[in-house]
Amino acid sequence: MTDHTTEEPTRRDFIYIAAGGAAAIGGALTIWPFIHQMNPAADTLALGSIRKDISSLGVGQEITVMFRGGPVFIRRRTEAEIAEARAVELDRLPDDLARNENLPDNASASDANRVLNPEYLIVKGNCTHLGCVPVGNGAGDYDGWFCPCHGSHYDASARIRRGPAPENLPVPTYIFENDGAVVKLGATSDEVAAAGWSVA
Amino acid sequence: MSHQSTYEPKTGIEKWLDSRLPIVRLGYDSFVDFPTPRNLNYWYTFGGILAVFLVIQILSGVVLAMHYVPHVDHAFDSVERIRRDVNYGWLIQSMHANGASFFFVAVYLHMFRGLYYGSYKAPREVLWIIGVVIYLLMMAAAFMGYVLPWGQMSYWGATVITNLVGALPVVGEGIREWLWGDFAVGNATLNRFFSLHYLIPFLIAGLVILHIWALHVPGNNNPTGVEVKGKGDTLPFHPYYTVKDGFAIVVFLMIFAGFVFYLPSVLGHADNSIEANPLVTPAHIVPEWYFLPFYAILRAVTFDIGPISAKLGGVLAMFGAIGVLFVLPWLDRSPVKSMRYRPIAKWCFLIFVIACLGLGWCGAENPDNLVFEFGGIGMPFVVLSQILTAYYFAYFLVILPVLGFVEKPKERPESIEASVLGSSPAAAPAE
Repeated sequence: MTDHTTEEPTRRDFIYIAAGGAAAIGGALTIWPFIHQMNPAADTLALGSIRKDISSLGVGQEITVMFRGGPVFIRRRTEAEIAEARAVELDRLPDDLARNENLPDNASASDANRVLNPEYLIVKGNCTHLGCVPVGNGAGDYDGWFCPCHGSHYDASARIRRGPAPENLPVPTYIFENDGAVVKLGATSDEVAAAGWSVA
Repeated sequence: MSHQSTYEPKTGIEKWLDSRLPIVRLGYDSFVDFPTPRNLNYWYTFGGILAVFLVIQILSGVVLAMHYVPHVDHAFDSVERIRRDVNYGWLIQSMHANGASFFFVAVYLHMFRGLYYGSYKAPREVLWIIGVVIYLLMMAAAFMGYVLPWGQMSYWGATVITNLVGALPVVGEGIREWLWGDFAVGNATLNRFFSLHYLIPFLIAGLVILHIWALHVPGNNNPTGVEVKGKGDTLPFHPYYTVKDGFAIVVFLMIFAGFVFYLPSVLGHADNSIEANPLVTPAHIVPEWYFLPFYAILRAVTFDIGPISAKLGGVLAMFGAIGVLFVLPWLDRSPVKSMRYRPIAKWCFLIFVIACLGLGWCGAENPDNLVFEFGGIGMPFVVLSQILTAYYFAYFLVILPVLGFVEKPKERPESIEASVLGSSPAAAPAE
């Protein structure tokens, strides 16, 4: 409506920008609680760790335990399985990272980087494709696990070898207690550091 | 609305209301004296059928929510209780579960009708896009509703589909936990799915109003694809189409009743009669039948495409299969709407329908099983899904754009009236 063409900001410009800015920031601050409420709640996050007695597990046996709402496989491997897992050349693996939460992210997928004690393989039991629980006890073409949903084959170190799954089954943080009779899943970083986890 | 209102309030109370809230006028102009093309066939009755099913789903759903318990320890038992102990629970639960299937039967026929007669073309692009949004919301509601009984297929279907989000680079895992509210599908997930499942039908109802509004501005398309030109091309909606729609609704409801009463569980999966168990995956996870074609497209991408992993590629293809519908009005370059007058497109459309059905077949099968097996030799289902997926996308992205330039359409009638009565509007006698 005015016919003067000054470049100077006016009080009205200031009010306009201030009001817009306040609305934008206020809007974001209002929306955030409504988004963040859907993230895992404090009591869910607190279900951090569990202990499992594995002293009765025989060689070649496997158990599945519930941890953080999902399965974890604990397999006491035979000498033959360990030898087979260790003989695999790393350049034949679709995923060349260890996926071990106890080790740095860039650790290679050698079998030594997947276990604390070679006899016990402990991995989360949800297929990295779409989350089904693979069938174990040497299933599949690589003597490890086979996911029936979409046909992913994992080897004796639970590394992906063939099929649509993109990653190796991840290793949760864990330590052994009572001279190896008990495994504690969901160990703290201090416990992990003290337990002797290291990149091979 | 685009046509002149013909409503005349007669009684005193009608006049009083009309000058304050002309809601009777709106209803009269929309569903009584709305000028509708005189040549609509039975493929045009599915809109009314869909409206009926939205009402059935909301009413039966509100009742089920009075008895359902959204908790992982009680959800499965509460649904069993509804089916066995709640008075007429067996009936209302069956109506709701089978109603979802029939809702999708109707929406697929409604969509194929729109594709065949070119109902997505100008000036009905917004009408079409609102329809695709409604379809997306229907899929979200159906998916979350299927999780609520907390059977094995509920749980594992939810796990597989929410894990799809994890395929997104960088943000995928964070979004997945945000959806779950936990480190896996659990009680938090069940609660929010119940909340959203109750919300979405009302969003759909709002969009249906916009859908009808966007329909009533240009008016109905029709089997000739020729726009309405004069009064002789149309009939009042009532009684001509209230009766026609009503008849179709009754026939459709009779088939629906057959399932509700005699085959109440035939469309469900036997594994969903087993309570959810996070430690045991069913041997073969399949979604409800209405998602099978998209499930087949998801699984058809078994190879990496440059930096895109097979898993992400499958997710992108699945969402792209619906996303492409949004831009369809601008992909089809032909000025001719109805495929009656498009000799090549008609056949391509027929193959498209067969491809969609074929993808549904592939989605139900194990990808490594053989199709067309002969003496142990055959083609794995995954290869058939790849061929059909390629055709699905080619139909929208190649065939329809190219045919717009190369296809020679057949001669179209000069008007709707001429196509029905075989004479020109000028020669038609006055009614």
